[in-house]
Amino acid sequence: MSWFDRILPPKIKKNTIPAEKAAEGKRSVPEGLWSKCPTCQAVLYRTELEENLYVCPHCDHHQRISARQRLHFFLDAEPRLEIAAQYLPVDPLRFKDQKRYKERLAEAQTKTGEKDALVVMRGLLQGRPVVAAAFAFEFMGGSMGSVVGARFAKAAETALGERCPLICFSASGGARMQEGLFSLMQMAKTAAAVERLAKAGIPYISVLTDPTMGGVSASLATLGDVLVAEPQSLIGFAGPRVIEQTIREKLPEGFQRAEYLLEHGAIDQIVDRRQLRPVIAEMLGILGGGETAG
Amino acid sequence: MKMYYLDFEQAVAELEGKVEELRALNQPGIEDEIKRLESKARKELQRIYGKLGAWQTVQVARHPQRPYTLDYVEALFTEVQVLAGDRAFADDHAIVGGLARFAGIPILWMGHQKGRDTKEKIQRNFGMPRPEGYRKALRLLRLAERFHLPVLTFIDTPGAYPGIGAEERGQSEAIARNLAVMSDLDVPILCTVIGEGGSGGALAIGVGDRLLMLEHSVYSVISPEGCASILWKDAGKAAEAAETLGITAGRLQSLGLVDEMVPEPLGGAHRDPQAAAQSLRERLLPQLEGLLRENAGQRLAARYERLMGYGVVGEA
Repeated sequence: MSWFDRILPPKIKKNTIPAEKAAEGKRSVPEGLWSKCPTCQAVLYRTELEENLYVCPHCDHHQRISARQRLHFFLDAEPRLEIAAQYLPVDPLRFKDQKRYKERLAEAQTKTGEKDALVVMRGLLQGRPVVAAAFAFEFMGGSMGSVVGARFAKAAETALGERCPLICFSASGGARMQEGLFSLMQMAKTAAAVERLAKAGIPYISVLTDPTMGGVSASLATLGDVLVAEPQSLIGFAGPRVIEQTIREKLPEGFQRAEYLLEHGAIDQIVDRRQLRPVIAEMLGILGGGETAG
Repeated sequence: MKMYYLDFEQAVAELEGKVEELRALNQPGIEDEIKRLESKARKELQRIYGKLGAWQTVQVARHPQRPYTLDYVEALFTEVQVLAGDRAFADDHAIVGGLARFAGIPILWMGHQKGRDTKEKIQRNFGMPRPEGYRKALRLLRLAERFHLPVLTFIDTPGAYPGIGAEERGQSEAIARNLAVMSDLDVPILCTVIGEGGSGGALAIGVGDRLLMLEHSVYSVISPEGCASILWKDAGKAAEAAETLGITAGRLQSLGLVDEMVPEPLGGAHRDPQAAAQSLRERLLPQLEGLLRENAGQRLAARYERLMGYGVVGEA
């Protein structure tokens, strides 16, 4: 990055970023040239932060990123093909709390540019064909309803058909209440899809990112052949507040963080976001799934 | 045992209270009055239970005198042998399971178990399992597969326990593992919600070939109170949440998520546990016999299709 790019005001600068890159980057990150690390308060250049995959260069804090950024950072640049995008949310219960579910969906769609909370792509990881799925936490808290279930099942089915590995990045508060029992049943559906992969010997790597809770944690996210988490990610079944209210005591320091899970034997590794590509590629090389086709 | 009345049953409570008073007097010539009051109480029950709302159904499903898993096990099965422990950490009393015969057929059964009195409630953790409970269930599922025993599960839990130890020992993984294993376990699995179907903690023993629900049981992705406090920021809106979540047997059957609704005696299973058990037997047995007639490959393929069919989506 040249000094010239860095001092350009955001409005002009935007036009100098290739259109595709701009689209990848614009969503979950506040506009502007500067941003502040929420952990160490260091002032960061936005472009520098993006080059660092939204990991703070000073304290290694991993910021939350959008589903599309996630896949953009993870997959080789070419080729990429989005799959399962045809599944769109409906409102089977005509659910209404203080707001209608339909309104909440429309708002989330406008805000994020996504139709629902899971994005799936076929692509390459260091030259190896893979199917990669990423939760959009920015879309209704990454909650899992029928569309997330359908897209994940499609991802698993594609991986099975192509005999290539599946990688899923979870980031979710859990099941989507507004779809009632349909959303609960997505836990069973996604677990069944994963079980098929396991029986067929197709590797499934689950990457747990901040946060992975509730019904997503208690289904597809903890069923990977290998479980990898990003540093400091909150991962668990019940939310910390629910637990505090139930047991009426303070939770231990670091409770439900990735480091705590590693200590308790719940995950295989904690991997820095900047190392995910080489680490997962190496694992897949040994596990043997997705040998170059043909 | 003294009948416990729910707040919307107060009219019945008064009528039945009068009946008891009259009986206690034990005077000649009051039989007609007793009969009149009993018939009135019955009509009142019919009126109330004929238009039970979702939130009222939740209260019936949680009724402290409602039959629990072990009550049905005792009423339905013979040669019952309880099997305990997950072989790794502990025996979780919130999930019970074992061997038995059902109409002579060797089976494996399991279910959530709540407690009756304070001491037992605590021992059973109010029917909220920890990972060791789900891992006991998993061990029994694999045992069933090894010995070709069909599995009958009984669902009745507020949910998986939200506690520090439960999280440390992998509550999420324990639930997820059961979902995956049940999706492909090579024996018939027949699941019945008998009381509260509380979210993932219920589903963890609820994946199978058929799903039945007792008439006044509920099955929900989140408790109505939990839903209300998140979406309305007010747990007091639980009744509205219950209504919109669609958690009753009738609603879930119409949504295609439940195969069969098991009728309960008037006023709920707790008013006549034997009749409730008989009603359940009359539905479970044909379902089980039907599943046993299917060949294993077909049954597993159908189960997979059933699981993949869950959900309502639009298509672009």
